Amino acid sequence: MRTKPVSDEKSQRKRFLSGNGFVPFILRRLLTSVLLVFGVTFISFSITQLVPGDPVAANLGQSAYSDPKIVAAFKVQFGLDKPVPVQYVKYVSKLLHGDLGISLSSKRPVLDDLKEYFPATLEIALVAVFLALVVGLLLGIISAVTRDRLPDQIIRVFSLTGVSMPAFWTALTAFYLFFFVLGWAPGTGRLAPGADPPPTVTGLYTVDSLIAGDFSTFKQAVAYLLLPAIVLAIYAIGVLTRFTRASMLEILGNDYVRAARAKGLPEITVIRRHVLRPALLSIITVAGVAFSSLLAGSVLVENVFSWPGLGQYAYRAAVGLDLPGIMGVSMVVATVYITMNLIVDILYRVIDPQMRDAS
Amino acid sequence: MDLLTVKNLTVTLATGRGDAAAVRDLSFTVGHGEFLGIAGESGSGKTMTALSLLGLLPHKGRATGSINFDGREILTSSKREYRDLRGKEIAMIFQDPMTSLHPMLTVEVQLTEHLRHHRKVSKDAARQSALELLSTVKIPDPEAALRAHPSQFSGGMRQRIAIAMALACEPKLLIADEPTTALDVTVQAGILKLLHQLRKERNLSVMVITHDLGVLSSLTDRIMIMYAGSEVETGLTSDLLQRPRHPYTKGLIAALPGHTNDAKSSQTKRLLSIEGMPPELGNFPSGCAFHTRCNYAIAACKSELPESIQISDSHRIFCPVDPFSAKASIEGAK
Repeated sequence: MRTKPVSDEKSQRKRFLSGNGFVPFILRRLLTSVLLVFGVTFISFSITQLVPGDPVAANLGQSAYSDPKIVAAFKVQFGLDKPVPVQYVKYVSKLLHGDLGISLSSKRPVLDDLKEYFPATLEIALVAVFLALVVGLLLGIISAVTRDRLPDQIIRVFSLTGVSMPAFWTALTAFYLFFFVLGWAPGTGRLAPGADPPPTVTGLYTVDSLIAGDFSTFKQAVAYLLLPAIVLAIYAIGVLTRFTRASMLEILGNDYVRAARAKGLPEITVIRRHVLRPALLSIITVAGVAFSSLLAGSVLVENVFSWPGLGQYAYRAAVGLDLPGIMGVSMVVATVYITMNLIVDILYRVIDPQMRDAS
Repeated sequence: MDLLTVKNLTVTLATGRGDAAAVRDLSFTVGHGEFLGIAGESGSGKTMTALSLLGLLPHKGRATGSINFDGREILTSSKREYRDLRGKEIAMIFQDPMTSLHPMLTVEVQLTEHLRHHRKVSKDAARQSALELLSTVKIPDPEAALRAHPSQFSGGMRQRIAIAMALACEPKLLIADEPTTALDVTVQAGILKLLHQLRKERNLSVMVITHDLGVLSSLTDRIMIMYAGSEVETGLTSDLLQRPRHPYTKGLIAALPGHTNDAKSSQTKRLLSIEGMPPELGNFPSGCAFHTRCNYAIAACKSELPESIQISDSHRIFCPVDPFSAKASIEGAK
């Protein structure tokens, strides 16, 4: 409320960034996000250097590797002949121009590789996130409202199973059951073998086929997408269900919920308006972390379903000691994590007026 | 016919060691336009009594007996019937206004949501009555207050908002559970003054629950004293405070700062306290629960539940000994 005379433009800008408004808050968080991404490049670069193993040996054939001339040429081509700090500075300066280097294994720009593989992962991850949010929140709410009664008990068993099963096991079991035994799932990959993918706009087959107006491809893409997405979502559903239940029960014990009930409001209004909203604050935090961890789960799930996504690419880059490839994947994952955190922070302020009012 | 007639109310709560009775065989009435005070130490069952009137007992709590409100039995109400009663016919103010108002909803939403639900009035009409309510409880700048969140108000202001909330549907009975306990002394006086004023302006029946007899002395027509879930003494406020008959009531009054009526202790300015601790839920002593701390207890107190002794039309105690009966004056106490 108090206003101070503004002395010069610099202090005004300073105060703007440190201000409590929505825009300065976003700018501040964006700035730290960019710094974080650079921190991530440094750390993942260091780790790739510390890992024992010779990328040259991993990428050249045995006969080529025994020829010192070829080895030297390979090193020069990929800049491996320079000292490590120089390699890092070169990497970062290229990165600033949007160049992620050339993959040692595919021999293509890493950026092109990522553009090809990332949308596939994004597609199942988005569906998994959606499923996890809807199912996890719904089950958690039902569980909390029917506390200690039958629906709660059943949901608790299922959510505990969900968080306890390792992703590769769920993936294999689901694939065996729904493909081999029941024949409900169409198989592996993103489309039937030989089917043409829709013209690339977003890289998401479902969206692209809709843009192209090709409904049969859309249906097929959805059919192939569903099982891996569900498998990927199971863990997040379990986590969200359990957390939603816990945080709902915590809020249900508050005086203001009793006060809301004392006003004679219908139970559904009490839950929706008075309980769910404050509970969402902590649920969002967990949801952010759970969604980011979907990417980790995708490595295993994609390999089981032969889903040509970032998980498979990461796996191949790691096995082939493809340093630019590994760096590229790290950057994508780090960016997703940081973006998730940013979204969580912004949602916090949208939901909780106290954070906006606080001065 | 009284507005509220409670008969043989027993409230059982689930504790870690099994079920325990928090309220035991309690009977009392609140007349139309009457202010009844219910006093007792923490854990005496005051709040559970209030919550059972609203059907809002905690998880796994049960109430038996009879609650007759405005001519109908309400203890056997369905969930739906209870919802139609709450907020509309019986409203409640809670102890701590810092926690009983929702931190994320605007004052307008909290003041109007039940009004709109129960009375089916339009948003504008509800807003208009919210503004009037805020002026009634003396909130400065009601327009701005409607848009604000509770965190922008002090404790006293929040309690005023909570009172406005309770009054929104013009309930017949208002239950105030420790309405001033969480507030500063100076703010307390303001809230009490407000309750006085509401009493004059509206034909409101009020049940004030508190552990502070001082709060009740100026506010209530009658006072009921509770101990370990049971009534120990009920009487007109003046009778009960000036001529208490139950040893426990006597002890409570002697423990009031500035309210001592013992000639010797007023000279030495020493605050008296009742020896020992109030019993815990599920661990209430047998017979008269107070016998473990009572200076006048006889053998029967330990084994037999005390019967009520009618001292006058409006005054009764639950004490077989009745140590202050010979002289209705104050000198017997020590």
